[in-house]
Amino acid sequence: MASPLTPDVAQARTRKRILGQDAEALRRVPGRVLLYAAVVLLGLTFAAPLLWMLSTSLKDDPQVYVVPPIWVPNPIRPLNYVEIFTRRPMALYFLNTLKYSVPTAFGVLISCTLVAYSFGRMRWPGRDAVFFLCLATMMIPFQVTMIPLYITFKNVGWINTYYPLVVPAFFGNAYYIFLLRQFFASIPEELSDAARVDGCTDGRILAQIILPLAKPALAVVALFQFMGAWNDYLGPLIYLSRDEMFPLALGLQSLRASFQEKLVWPYMMAASTMMILPVIVIFFITQRTFIEGITVTGLKG
Amino acid sequence: MAVTAAERVRKRQMNALGKGLLFALPWLLGFLAFTAYPMAASLYYSLTRYDVLRPPRFIGLENYSFMLFSDNLFRLVLSNTVWFVAVGVPAGLVIAFLLANLLNNDLKLRPLFRTLFYLPAILPAVASAEVWRWVYNPRYGLINSLLKAWGLATIPWLSSPALAKPSLVIIHCWAQGTAIVIFLAALQDVPRTLYDAAVVDGANAWNRFWHVTVPMCTPSILFVSITGLIGMFQYFTLGWLLTQGAPNNATEFYSMYLYRNAFLYFKMGYASALAWGLFVVIVTFTVVMMRSSARWVYYGGEAV
Repeated sequence: MASPLTPDVAQARTRKRILGQDAEALRRVPGRVLLYAAVVLLGLTFAAPLLWMLSTSLKDDPQVYVVPPIWVPNPIRPLNYVEIFTRRPMALYFLNTLKYSVPTAFGVLISCTLVAYSFGRMRWPGRDAVFFLCLATMMIPFQVTMIPLYITFKNVGWINTYYPLVVPAFFGNAYYIFLLRQFFASIPEELSDAARVDGCTDGRILAQIILPLAKPALAVVALFQFMGAWNDYLGPLIYLSRDEMFPLALGLQSLRASFQEKLVWPYMMAASTMMILPVIVIFFITQRTFIEGITVTGLKG
Repeated sequence: MAVTAAERVRKRQMNALGKGLLFALPWLLGFLAFTAYPMAASLYYSLTRYDVLRPPRFIGLENYSFMLFSDNLFRLVLSNTVWFVAVGVPAGLVIAFLLANLLNNDLKLRPLFRTLFYLPAILPAVASAEVWRWVYNPRYGLINSLLKAWGLATIPWLSSPALAKPSLVIIHCWAQGTAIVIFLAALQDVPRTLYDAAVVDGANAWNRFWHVTVPMCTPSILFVSITGLIGMFQYFTLGWLLTQGAPNNATEFYSMYLYRNAFLYFKMGYASALAWGLFVVIVTFTVVMMRSSARWVYYGGEAV
């Protein structure tokens, strides 16, 4: 039907298309400039508090109070980072934080994997109702259970131990169960059916088929929990009152209290930088896993 | 024959039930020990006077009637909290949505910018509190020393009753990373063809944003609103560390008042009543949001 184009016409069309693209690109230039200006400006605004923290943490006392503010300290004073360790037992606080955040990560991994397998891969009467109940518990504010939990833990002598922070992690967490269940449910049913025909038990199917495939989801759970515990303030605040038990979250306050208000800033910024650093490092190493985890829970919700 | 077949089915079902419950056992036990029992106990404590040292004494609904009719501070705290949620949740949502739309462009260094916007959300609240305490410092903080350098008037931030809450909202808007990532994923799922069709129909950029982008993202907007609402009603750490409710109780929020009653005044009974009040408020707001969602949330999968 359509007659073949002569070379001339085809060439003219191509030229027109290229010109058209250029014109289009040219027309978009102001938009692009505006876009980059907005992103860079906002990016700097969002980064400013953290850059300011880093900068202050490396200043000597007079530089802290200069107006307009100095961004690049001169001289640089890394000694701030050393002095906080002699001022308060920061290394101990650091270690204390690890003492419960690492075990809780294991706790939720073990417990939530089993429960998520039950909700996502096993068929049993009443399963959906129980799963719904599990999801519903996410709506209950911690404040409702906080007081009886505190009283119970007090009665069994667990105040000023890490048990109240660690033990519940071994009994599942609705949010992670949900996250893992969504992931497990997306693994093709045929894989476990074949294994079942071969006489595999559920335990083996979970360990040998599901878990190897679910590594990214497991990493997300471990990461979220570790960071959640690392960042937690209210839990330690309620259960821990002895300074030698303090994690960083409480230790920071104890460091602040050990300085005069006037001298405190470079030291507090050094301590904050130290507390933030592991979180940033972990985030950079595991960025993709992290983002995927949020997306899964956010969208399938 | 039929009976044995039915019995066999029943037996298999019981077997499946047993195995299913066995795997779900950690959560079932956890639910009983760390949710169901504490909830029942908390409900009971809310009907008592209880200072931990002496056993709880039953006083009926006295805590609730004090809370609702006599406690002026409670009224202030509730209105502070509702203000904070009503301003903070939409503000955070709008910022997150706009940032996600910016990031959804074909940008050089996009991962860097995404990280910048995301990072504040995963920082320890205690460290964020220290950073912002310093940023907001009335004399030498980042913002006021910049204002001074430019010859402008300084702002009293956290020490002003009028500005303390907005100052906390700004920190909240700074830490919107999770919402940004959720919105970004939603934006990437909007079919290109819809934009092409809109362009053919002569829609300009604003129309494309308002009539294509926003409606297609309403499911994630609902999700972010509800989780934001639940989280913000429980707002504690930053407020507790930065203001302790000062100035003039302008930033005394629900969870802080509850904590104060429980662990500083040892009024466990009253604090339990407050906790149930909070639960009721959160459930009410959540249900209202869910109900309203039928009118404004668009699920692409369903027939229109």
